[in-house]
Amino acid sequence: MATLATTVGLPRLLSALSGGEMVDLDRHLDAHGLLPSDRELDANGLLDLVERSGLRGRGGAAFPMATKLGAVRAARGPAIVVANGCESEPISAKDALLLHELPHLVLDGVELAARAVGAAEAIVAFETPNTAARMSLENALSERRAERIDSTRFSLFAAEERFLSGQETALVSQIDGGPPKPTFVPPRPTDRGVGRRPTLIQNVETLANLALVARYGAEWYRELGTDAETGSKLVTLAGAVENPGVYEIEFGTPLGALFAAAGGLSSELAGVLVGGYFGSWLPAAGVGALELSNEALGHHGAALGCGAVVALPARSCPVAETVRVAIYLATETAGQCGPCVHGTAAIARTLHGVAEGKASPTAFADLKRWAEELPGRGACHHPNGLAHFVSTALRTFKPQFADHARHGPCDGCAAEPVLTFPQPSPARP
Amino acid sequence: MTRLRVNPIGCVGHGLCAELLPEWIELDEWGYPIVDRESLPAGLEAHARRAADACPTLALLLQPD
Ligand SMILES: Cc1cc2nc3c(=O)[nH]c(=O)nc-3n(C[C@H](O)[C@H](O)[C@H](O)COP(=O)(O)O)c2cc1C
Ligand code: SF4
Ligand code: SF4
Repeated sequence: MATLATTVGLPRLLSALSGGEMVDLDRHLDAHGLLPSDRELDANGLLDLVERSGLRGRGGAAFPMATKLGAVRAARGPAIVVANGCESEPISAKDALLLHELPHLVLDGVELAARAVGAAEAIVAFETPNTAARMSLENALSERRAERIDSTRFSLFAAEERFLSGQETALVSQIDGGPPKPTFVPPRPTDRGVGRRPTLIQNVETLANLALVARYGAEWYRELGTDAETGSKLVTLAGAVENPGVYEIEFGTPLGALFAAAGGLSSELAGVLVGGYFGSWLPAAGVGALELSNEALGHHGAALGCGAVVALPARSCPVAETVRVAIYLATETAGQCGPCVHGTAAIARTLHGVAEGKASPTAFADLKRWAEELPGRGACHHPNGLAHFVSTALRTFKPQFADHARHGPCDGCAAEPVLTFPQPSPARP
Repeated sequence: MTRLRVNPIGCVGHGLCAELLPEWIELDEWGYPIVDRESLPAGLEAHARRAADACPTLALLLQPD
């Protein structure tokens, strides 16, 4: 884990890291000092600060935090805050790092968010297998109770390990004792979420940023990043780099500088996946100049998402990698919306046929049509994400797909998978 | 102005809506509706309301923009 030493002002979020250990309260306060008190920074002051900082969500959608705070404040009833640390995206590791090593930064953010929306209660959610997160959070909370740091009542929630677990309405459903399945919106969680109360759900990295904004101010915050995307971003870099891991970058950093910070590439590349399994495949040529901001990536039809970047080595087969993930995503639907259930299964099945050299003559036309028809027709964005992932693969690796359709598996198909995911256990419904 | 939207969790793919409002709704190969996302033209609103009322699971929704 490291940051870009070449960027002045970094690291920010990761500045207190201490060699893999949880940063305890003393060390956390040494690094960042106390939170401003309620009197120094009340709810209105916080809202104003968040607005001026330009802070956007870090869970994938980059939604402005100030807008969400405003919606929860405007809703009727006692509000509650949910810190989303599920990180169900298998390739991403940044939320696990925050929860495990910097729990106080996250909890500071939760306390502040609760103050901003007038919530007396907050829930910190992570996925069940993440026992390191649970231990750190429990330790951190007991340290904070001893020092009477928080006015918010905290509880922890262990969500199921599913790709959809961290989708906000699926998380609300689980907290309320239901299955990890999204619900139809409206109502939005900001209006009616946990226990039918107005619910502020924010990614844990977003909340960690809030902890810094409250201490150092909006102007300081905007010193890094671009006008539209302020501050720093945690990215998880995987694949063919010397030192894969979590890096803190400024929005707009060229991908080549990130690769360099990770010790450089360890092989030629077949392509790069930006934005995780809902993200975009991009060709390897010229990718080093690509700036990591949603604005710059948008010109290439891509987005930063949760910030997971995979450098696919040339020895791997992009077709095989894409097909495996498509099958995984198709099996991870919540099984409740017809277009998603049928569409994702058809895409996965057809892609598999292509990879095996057993495609029907209409396979590519079918895939294109399904990928166009599917987005927006499920209760959540899962089908949109899968459709985008697959269509960028078909575009970027067109010759490779055509080759597989004609001749079946290539040498690279047998290479060890770079894009990994939890194996579905037969016990799961 | 109003738009048509399907609650895909409620929709069971009867296809009744596409029969009643073919100008605005077609069915995919599994029988699930693909609804035009534009605002409804004024002339179609009454028909759209009838289609929504006819949906057996009340999954077809008219929403103000
Ligand atoms: C299928 C799916 C999975 C998601 N998983 C996560 C997740 O694991 N963690 C997360 O913070 N957001 C996840 N999100 C996004 C959340 O729905 C929500 O937008 C986010 O938690 C809001 O926080 P933010 O505005 O601070 O980013 C997921 C979304 C989808 C569609
Ligand atoms: S769109 Fe797919 S993943 Fe999302 S709720 Fe519906 S069935 Fe589940
Ligand atoms: S009538 Fe209702 S249930 Fe049938 S396809 Fe249309 S929306 Fe779905």
